[in-house]
Amino acid sequence: MIKPDPAFLSVHSVSKRFGGLLAVSDASFTVAEGSITGLIGPNGAGKTTLFAIVSGFEKPTSGNVLWRGEEITGRPPHLLARDGIARTFQIVQPFAGLSVRENIAVGAFLRHRRRAEAIAVAEQVAERVGLSRDLDKPAAALTVAGRKRVELAKALATGPKLLLLDEVLAGLNPSEVRDIVPVIRAIRDGGITVFMIEHVMQAVMNLCEAVHVLAQGRIIAGGTPAQVVRDPAVVEAYLGHGAATRLAGQHA
Amino acid sequence: MLNGLLTGAIYGLVALGLTLVYGVLHIINFAHGALLTLAMYAAFVAWKVFGLDPYVAILPLVPLFYLLGYGVQRYVIGPASRGEDSNILLVTLGLSIVIENMMLAIFRSDTLSVQVPYAMEVVELGPMLLGFPRVVGFGVAFVVALVLFVLLTMTDTGRAIRAVAKERTGAALVGINVNHVYAVTFGIGAACLAVAACLLLPFFYVSPRVGNAFVLVAFTIVVLGGMGSVPGALLGGLFIGVVESLSGLYFGDSLGQIGIFLIFILVLLFRPTGLFGAKA
Amino acid sequence: MSTRDLVPILVFAAVAALLPVFVTANTWLNFAVFTLIICLAAQGWNILGGYGGQYSFGHAAFFGTAAYATAILQVRYGVNPYLGFGFGIAAAAVVGWIIGALSFRSGLRGSYFALVTLAFAEVFRVLANASEMTGGAAGILIRLDVRPENFQFASRATFYWIALALVVAALVVTRALERSRLGAQLVAVRENESAARALGVDALQVKLSAIALSAAITGAAGALYAQYFLYLDANIAYGTWISVEALLAPIIGGAGTVFGPVLGGIILHGLSEFTKSLVGRIPGVDLVIFGILLIVVVRFPPREIPGLIRMWRGRR
Repeated sequence: MIKPDPAFLSVHSVSKRFGGLLAVSDASFTVAEGSITGLIGPNGAGKTTLFAIVSGFEKPTSGNVLWRGEEITGRPPHLLARDGIARTFQIVQPFAGLSVRENIAVGAFLRHRRRAEAIAVAEQVAERVGLSRDLDKPAAALTVAGRKRVELAKALATGPKLLLLDEVLAGLNPSEVRDIVPVIRAIRDGGITVFMIEHVMQAVMNLCEAVHVLAQGRIIAGGTPAQVVRDPAVVEAYLGHGAATRLAGQHA
Repeated sequence: MLNGLLTGAIYGLVALGLTLVYGVLHIINFAHGALLTLAMYAAFVAWKVFGLDPYVAILPLVPLFYLLGYGVQRYVIGPASRGEDSNILLVTLGLSIVIENMMLAIFRSDTLSVQVPYAMEVVELGPMLLGFPRVVGFGVAFVVALVLFVLLTMTDTGRAIRAVAKERTGAALVGINVNHVYAVTFGIGAACLAVAACLLLPFFYVSPRVGNAFVLVAFTIVVLGGMGSVPGALLGGLFIGVVESLSGLYFGDSLGQIGIFLIFILVLLFRPTGLFGAKA
Repeated sequence: MSTRDLVPILVFAAVAALLPVFVTANTWLNFAVFTLIICLAAQGWNILGGYGGQYSFGHAAFFGTAAYATAILQVRYGVNPYLGFGFGIAAAAVVGWIIGALSFRSGLRGSYFALVTLAFAEVFRVLANASEMTGGAAGILIRLDVRPENFQFASRATFYWIALALVVAALVVTRALERSRLGAQLVAVRENESAARALGVDALQVKLSAIALSAAITGAAGALYAQYFLYLDANIAYGTWISVEALLAPIIGGAGTVFGPVLGGIILHGLSEFTKSLVGRIPGVDLVIFGILLIVVVRFPPREIPGLIRMWRGRR
């Protein structure tokens, strides 16, 4: 059997096959407690699939996921949420018929049975992500940036230890990104480990202490952001074959 | 048993329209049974008022129902549902309520039937005697299926329909008028019903709720044959026809239908993609 | 749930309770009781369909099960009708839970869920039509024996108040649901099931609770029907008509709102009486109008009438 891993979250040689397509192939990595860790990679690299596996929405074809030493592979999402793993979605999914307050309260109800408590928690969380003024609006009426915050707040309201963020910055303009980066950092400083898929490289460099790079379903590099961007394999994955040598040539 | 097979072909025809509409529009048409009822009343009126033999009535009724189906989809279901699954469900339910009860208001709840000279005639097939109307129904159902197949594969309209079924947005991008194609498909579905109604009439009764007896059967066939599959619908129809006659034989008339409902529930619960392995 | 949440319900209850004081004609009270029974059945549908977004086309399965359960217990086993009423509701809830467990576990939703519930109701109908226990096609008759302890009353007004009490109870339950964790989770599942699951909502469990509660309330309507009309057959108890009525009223009155089903029930049956007075008793005409109304309501959102009124007020 697999030995308990000291790491907070560890993924062991996970593969996922859809029909003939190998979306994720033998991926292994860890996320350290208290960190902000990033998962980056070009489009179609399998990031979202990997995320879906970690959050219980997909079962891996092979491999395991360990959470504080415990096997959680294939455990359904609602149980993972109870265990302290929450996620957001790339395409934000607010509950359209509900107000912002009620949206966040759905998350808060996980650990608070009573409505009054859940609402109170929801309001606190809204404060943390900067939604206090929008509490009574219907969630569907918010801007994209506002909805991203709701998405974040809903997940936070479940009281997670690990927060999985699926491209929470995508679709935002630079000033909106600048606004939300400190929010994410404050979440981590509040004791919640953050693991994020991200496309916006600038933000990744800024926020993450560790980065894993996925390309064509494989983890091709890992380390600090500075190490990763210098890695020729990463440059090739993003810019195409031979790009690394060409770039090196230019700089020489 | 063989009679079941023969009736099954007509079931298949009813299901054909349903599966076509599902395959292309991806909607479940609850009004399908009511449209069949309407077609049967139309055939009945054609016989009663104009003295048209039901088989002859196919000729005027097919274009009439094509137009009707076209109009209903284009001007009622399409705009009212605004593309939402649950709305389509409700709108087609509303349609079926309207049609069914209009028939009830006009013709009352009595069952009506036509008297044609050949209703009781039989065809000898080796040792077996088969009802003449059923044999005709069987034959025509296959002809219609064949015509439909040719229409879908050989004509421009058919190609447009299949394009829309496969990739709606793509089809719209290359200039296919999707709403038109939807309405055409719905029209073809209704035309199939017109044929089925004329084939049924010589050996079946008409009442405002007669379509209900067929609609669950048709749904069963469609899920059995795989949603959207034309050969699946015919095969499923034959299968269900046999099941019905067998379960009627074993359980008696009152319980006979239950076999179909149970198959329907089981297939939905365990094989929603159909037994004859349709597309995913 | 705070007292303020209950005020509109209490106002409704008080106003409605006064009706028999002004209206004494039996035909009108009959009409009122029947409308209340439909409202109750619709309130049940509203829990699962309105709040949960799972459109059942087969609520007759619950209506009929409770109706037959209370009638059979009373007629064949001499069980007290009040007790039988409770058993009927419980039986409906169990049937709801089982149908829910089978269909939700298989991941059926949308049109498929509608179809499978319709088929279940039809299975029940065919069985009830053939079984000895239910009296087969001849139906089952509860003996007339007018005694209050026998759930039979000399005055129709008494029955009206009982029906009203049940409708009010269902209003309170619905309001409480809205204010509860289950209610929030149910709406979340309706709006987006995977997003709800990510927030720790056990979607299957939530839907099962909803269908059991929904079935229980519609079951209460069925049991009430049996005790009021004292006769059942398969086409009444398990007929498509009740599935359709239970669905039409909330859709027209506002699905997923506390008062929607009651409002819709009153509108539909008021309309039906009105057409009868206009065109006479031509069968089906009222239903034609219901059908058209359904299409119109789906076509022109906002579908809730309170919403329309608010819009109309706003415009003035």
